[in-house]
Amino acid sequence: MSRYNNMFERLNKDNQGAFVPFVMLGDPDKETSFNIIKTLVESGADALELGIPYSDPIADGPTIQKASIRALNNKITPSDCFAVIKQIRELFPDVPIGLLLYSNLVIKKGLSEFYQAANAAGVDSILIADVPLREAQRFIDIAKGNNIDQILIAPPNASDETLAEIGQKSSGYTYLLGRAGVTGAETAATIPADELIAKLTQYQVAPPLLGFGISKPEQVSEAIAAGAAGAISGSATVNIIEQNLENPSKMLEQLASFVADMKAATHK
Amino acid sequence: MNHLDSKFGEYGGMYVPELLIPALDQLEQAFIDAQNDPSFVEEFNGLLKDYAGRPTSMTLTKNLVSNPKVKLYLKREDLLHGGAHKTNQVLGQAILTKRMGKTEVIAETGAGQHGVATALACALMGLKARIYMGAKDVERQAPNVFRMRLMGAEVIPVNAGSGTLKDAVNEAMRDWSATYDKAHYLLGTAAGPHPFPTIVREFHRMIGEETRAQIMEKEGRLPDAVVACVGGGSNAIGMFADFIDEPKVRLVGVEPAGKGIHTPDHGAAICTGSKGVLHGAYSYIMQDNDGQIEESYSVSAGLDYPAVGPQHAHLHDIGRAEYAAVTDDEALNAFQLLARKEGIIPALESSHALAHALNMADEAEEETIIVVNLSGRGDKDLTHVYNILGEQE
Repeated sequence: MSRYNNMFERLNKDNQGAFVPFVMLGDPDKETSFNIIKTLVESGADALELGIPYSDPIADGPTIQKASIRALNNKITPSDCFAVIKQIRELFPDVPIGLLLYSNLVIKKGLSEFYQAANAAGVDSILIADVPLREAQRFIDIAKGNNIDQILIAPPNASDETLAEIGQKSSGYTYLLGRAGVTGAETAATIPADELIAKLTQYQVAPPLLGFGISKPEQVSEAIAAGAAGAISGSATVNIIEQNLENPSKMLEQLASFVADMKAATHK
Repeated sequence: MNHLDSKFGEYGGMYVPELLIPALDQLEQAFIDAQNDPSFVEEFNGLLKDYAGRPTSMTLTKNLVSNPKVKLYLKREDLLHGGAHKTNQVLGQAILTKRMGKTEVIAETGAGQHGVATALACALMGLKARIYMGAKDVERQAPNVFRMRLMGAEVIPVNAGSGTLKDAVNEAMRDWSATYDKAHYLLGTAAGPHPFPTIVREFHRMIGEETRAQIMEKEGRLPDAVVACVGGGSNAIGMFADFIDEPKVRLVGVEPAGKGIHTPDHGAAICTGSKGVLHGAYSYIMQDNDGQIEESYSVSAGLDYPAVGPQHAHLHDIGRAEYAAVTDDEALNAFQLLARKEGIIPALESSHALAHALNMADEAEEETIIVVNLSGRGDKDLTHVYNILGEQE
């Protein structure tokens, strides 16, 4: 059983959805980043979604772009990121860890090498923001060979054909986009329509986690009530880091209470 | 699934968020429908002729070349309305925008040439344009910003990243992923995700077709070589397209070597040879060992881009086209030479192609006909060149 399967089984039993925060690895530096991620898990995060900083993040709004820039300015590399993940994995052997990044970082290293390194560091899943289904097959094949779930995105405008293909190919979880556009807390997610959830069930996609524009506990409850398996919150989490760069202990306190509130909202 | 081939060999593809796939599919379909629709062809050709001024002339240089065995012709895209070849393809995409029932256009621009072309096409076609431009470029290119605004376009400065062209592209793609229902992304070069490289090539291919007809009329035979500058590669692919199946015609692309390809300050993606994904396509790009995109540099803003269109990457790999690089200094020299010898002030971009063609002319030992695509005129570069030459004196 994968860590994701175990997590969803446990949450089902406890009548809860998943809360999954996203942060950028190495933001603002390696040591603080480790402390941030540790705090997220200790405060109730069911799984982690972690970014590797990239120079040209076309799917991200200003908040996550700035997180990338902070990390890159501190010379954070993909190998630094894997080092942080290893530390986290040692501390929390059961928490599912997902990577969210851009294709060129994978392609430059070489697909096999990258997925091997991710697996060795303790990564469970990889989502590549600029690899749509149409380009995904070779990534899915390599992921399978390295014990990693390739996460696929179901956008709100997805055709039946796309959803059916996601159904066949998804594992781990499905990233359900809450709206069009780029990441950011400025524009709120739309709670998925019953029709879309029904289709996801019909095509048997991996459990859908709703992301993009999730910043409040009410949205988490609504997403779960609508049939999502949980919610992902990136920009709202990263905003707390950005606002407390000068005061790391206050940053960790605020992150802890944010995660606790969001997690509490996952109880059905 | 795609109806047209989305790849050129291993290059190209659609490395974009899943969200944008329906918009790209819609564009591909609109393009296919238009190509098969006589009313589109009539409208496009009508605008090219009566509005933009096609066909452009072809000029045999009189004084520029000293080697008596060489005839050097210039394909005069500098005479096109708007001052560069870019007008061709923006008119085509503007018509597609209307055919898709969209009312808004998003575009990116570096120095402002594609922005100006987009603004003029949108003014003509009654479309609402918003143009992303790096904040640094907005400052450096004030006259073009004013031109765009005069023609009714909104110019949006981009502060993210390095504040230059690649960041403007990023921002345009972000905008599009939220607004594709009513907005078309009018990409400015033969790069980006499928179907842009194919559409942009087809909307520029008359450059090569006219060149073929004109050289046949003047010389009764095909040229030995066609030469064009390559940033993203739109004017070059427009010149090459009609000659790809003519193996005796050398296709020569000229990249910006900036301060030298062995320095960090250049924009020669093919000549320095590193593969990866930027802005939706797999191609040659400029990147560090981890895959972070590097800043490009060139004296010519239109060539200052850290990637190249995927078809050029393919033509390079199969050996059908050859790619060279020309430094800032060589381009500046060619810029002045053409002005002095022929009374034509070329764009700094086109000056790169010209500089390399002059080297080819010097080395030719047999009767040789070369056509340089003079992709734009140099009015926009006057202040920049004036300042550089002033410093050198």
